[in-house]
Amino acid sequence: MSTLIALASLAVLILVLEILNLRKTIVPLTLIGLLVALGLNVCDYDIPQSFFNHMIEVNNTTVLFNSLFIVLSFFIVALGQSFYKEHYEKISDYTSLKIFLLIGAYCMTAFGNMVMFFLGLEILSITLYILAGSDRLHIKSNEAGMKYFLMGSFASGFILFGIALIYGATGSFDTEQIQLASQHLAMPRWFMVGFVLMLVGLLFKIAAFPFHFWAPDVYQGAPLLTTTTMSTLAKVAAVGAFYKLSVIFFPSMPANFVNLIAFLIMATLIVGNVMALKQNNIKRLMAYSGISHAGFMLMAILLGKGAEPYLFYYMTAYTLAGIAAFSVILYVCQDKKEELVIHFRGFAKHRPVLAVTLSLALLSMAGIPILAGFFGKLFLFTEALKQGFYTTVIIAVLTSIVSIYYYFKVIITMFTYKNADAKIVYPKNAVYATVAVVTIILNLIIGFCPSIIIDLFN
Amino acid sequence: MNCIIILLIYIIGALITLASGAKYSAKIALGTSLVNAVIALILANGYMNGENLSFTQQWISNPNVSLSFVVDGLSLTMLLLTTLLLPVIILASFNTLYSKSNQLYALVLFMAFAMSGTFLAQDGLVYYIFWELALLPIFFIGLLWGGDEWKVRKRVMVTFFIYTFAGSLFMLAAFAYMYTKTGSFTWDALSSAVLSTQEANYIFLAFFLAYGIKIPVFPLHTWQANTYEKSPTIGTMLLSGIMLKMGIYSILRWQMPVAGNVSENILKTVVVLCIIGIIYASLIALRQDNIKRLLAYSSMAHVGLVAAGAYMGNTTGYQGAIIQMVAHGFVVVGLFYLADLIYKRYDSYMIKDMGGIRSQAPKFTTFFLIILFSSIGLPGTFGFIGEFTLLFALSEKELLYALFAGTSVILGAYYMLKMFQNAVLGTANTKVFAEVTAKEYLVLGIICVVLIGLGIYPKLLTDLFI
Repeated sequence: MSTLIALASLAVLILVLEILNLRKTIVPLTLIGLLVALGLNVCDYDIPQSFFNHMIEVNNTTVLFNSLFIVLSFFIVALGQSFYKEHYEKISDYTSLKIFLLIGAYCMTAFGNMVMFFLGLEILSITLYILAGSDRLHIKSNEAGMKYFLMGSFASGFILFGIALIYGATGSFDTEQIQLASQHLAMPRWFMVGFVLMLVGLLFKIAAFPFHFWAPDVYQGAPLLTTTTMSTLAKVAAVGAFYKLSVIFFPSMPANFVNLIAFLIMATLIVGNVMALKQNNIKRLMAYSGISHAGFMLMAILLGKGAEPYLFYYMTAYTLAGIAAFSVILYVCQDKKEELVIHFRGFAKHRPVLAVTLSLALLSMAGIPILAGFFGKLFLFTEALKQGFYTTVIIAVLTSIVSIYYYFKVIITMFTYKNADAKIVYPKNAVYATVAVVTIILNLIIGFCPSIIIDLFN
Repeated sequence: MNCIIILLIYIIGALITLASGAKYSAKIALGTSLVNAVIALILANGYMNGENLSFTQQWISNPNVSLSFVVDGLSLTMLLLTTLLLPVIILASFNTLYSKSNQLYALVLFMAFAMSGTFLAQDGLVYYIFWELALLPIFFIGLLWGGDEWKVRKRVMVTFFIYTFAGSLFMLAAFAYMYTKTGSFTWDALSSAVLSTQEANYIFLAFFLAYGIKIPVFPLHTWQANTYEKSPTIGTMLLSGIMLKMGIYSILRWQMPVAGNVSENILKTVVVLCIIGIIYASLIALRQDNIKRLLAYSSMAHVGLVAAGAYMGNTTGYQGAIIQMVAHGFVVVGLFYLADLIYKRYDSYMIKDMGGIRSQAPKFTTFFLIILFSSIGLPGTFGFIGEFTLLFALSEKELLYALFAGTSVILGAYYMLKMFQNAVLGTANTKVFAEVTAKEYLVLGIICVVLIGLGIYPKLLTDLFI
């Protein structure tokens, strides 16, 4: 709870600093504030508590998930320092929006009450709608914001209706009571309807089949830093919320419910990977790759509470690689109109270290050994085979093979010196380079010693 | 003294080579490989005296993975092959001037690190990680330093990578399944696990996909000729000399012990595929006019025999496979080096552009003939020992196998001697063929000494694992 208060104060502080005309101190103070919040969060480890009549509950799971979110926000705010250089007078707006986003993400995992979950969801979504449409002089950004807002509001509407039906069935918004009621009492039919409606909304938020259609257009139109946020922080926040809800609701679902989820996973993996093959715009490519990774994370959710460390490990590996990749993409596309894969041609000659960083990040997403993504996939495969989901594992393996093609397309383009535009210039940018290298080193560290993450869950 | 020191020296050597300038990188790489060759020989000596050279340490507790490297006869032989062949390969590359050579040699040393790790690893997951790691450097070596134009090279190398990676992923799935059965990845646990015939069939096939692509076995071979042709000579030597042995080693180390009770039908099919590959590759080699492609298909034919012997499962097959792996390693490196030397002087890989070398360079011709005879399997050369043992192993199971595989000897003699006649003999060529220089003499000399020496006294090698 102290974390939440700290974050809220930080967000307000940013706005106050703008009023006091201290614009230059905003980003450094935010970064320090985020570190303070991280420290406060970590202090809650191994001390389960609940606040406000079980509105917010704090336990090891929430502490760890929220620590990941705070670390991601730290990197995203740092990237914002350089990304918003041209509209620096609005830096307070953007930064405070990101902190509000983080608060929404916090509430989405630390909820003990369905109302709190919805509050968190809406805080996250609305800030994201604003950020997606924030580049108001570009028509594509307007389109992205509009699409996301309309479809996202619909999804939130579904979730709200679902929550209402669940209240009608169980008589409570409190998650513990819902869990007890659903497992020990006979539930009326609208309990399951309510959960399916919630499922629809949640699948939308994580961009999984069949509600993934918004992702490529919104990712492409939104400004690049917002795409980074959507692809990493917003996705894992939604996945974290989904995981928590699955622990509450899945046990009371009928036996072949898992088959439905398994089918959705397989479809998500196939759609995400196959559609990414032909993409020329790097943002759309990352959007489709994000869809396929949502499929993997759904697989972890499918495997139940025992796979919690593996889900968290996969989330960490994916988001660290994502931030590293997007940092380099930000570097390459700094002053370009469109973000095409062709712009990467010959990049390795100009900035070899960053080219290697992007290669490592994409290889981690592909699941090449020694990088964290490999262990993430391995843990999921092993656990899935243990629980008997053979078809899902086979499809996951086949789609991983497909994914190598488009990740390698980008890597090879960077190392293609022929036909490379010799006059192309990549302006130096210390912020992007530092964030990229730091995150990829973190990714390598947890790739060498997965125990660092896994052992936190005992 | 511990086997892990070899891995450490390779990786440190790779980093130093990368940091050094282009001028000294080749020499630093050569130095590193020589140091490791000496250490490997010391380790071999220690092993023969009964020392324990293993290294085991728990890496991850959940799931249960341990960093375990064990030295026994099989892995020691393969380690010796890698460490002794690498200086020869690096020396052989000295006559080619590569751009950005520090990156190239760093990749070569990193690949040696990954391959040595594959041979030494006793834990299935560590083995898999090293197996995949070996793929990355060769991909970049072929892509950035290969011959032919960029578009063709890119397509060939990407095909190679995805094809090999796909097979390996199925192997990973097999390992994951075995983990769920036994709770561990170590060889001891996996080989002692009891599998039903159906489970063994699936596991065997999953492994076969990975190894069949790597070796290669017909019909998973289509990537090989193109990749060998488009890679630079140093890449081809690494691929054919050491990397494909990873596949055969894995049959002996992982596939047969773990999924040994596979159904007879599947085993028979696999052996027949290997033998078909021998004859198929030999026939194609007959029709090749590009010397690199001819040697690629010849390599496929020879390792088809080794793979068939390895799949026999009897002791003779096991031993024959190990012997022939070492022999083939040296022979194929020698053959590709000879092709490279001809290319340097005649500027062409096409056999019709060659000819008339004997009158200009008799020493070169002598070396060519010695290596050629070893490839064919003439008694007195090292190639004969392995070939004979393998044919004997095949005949122990089924005489027909040995008969058909034995045609490889005949066909091998045919296309190799035909190639020799067209490339080396004949009327004097208009182009000048300079005699072998001192460096080239050294490389060829080492290879020939090994091939003839071990051909006369193979006990030096076989003492390690028999």
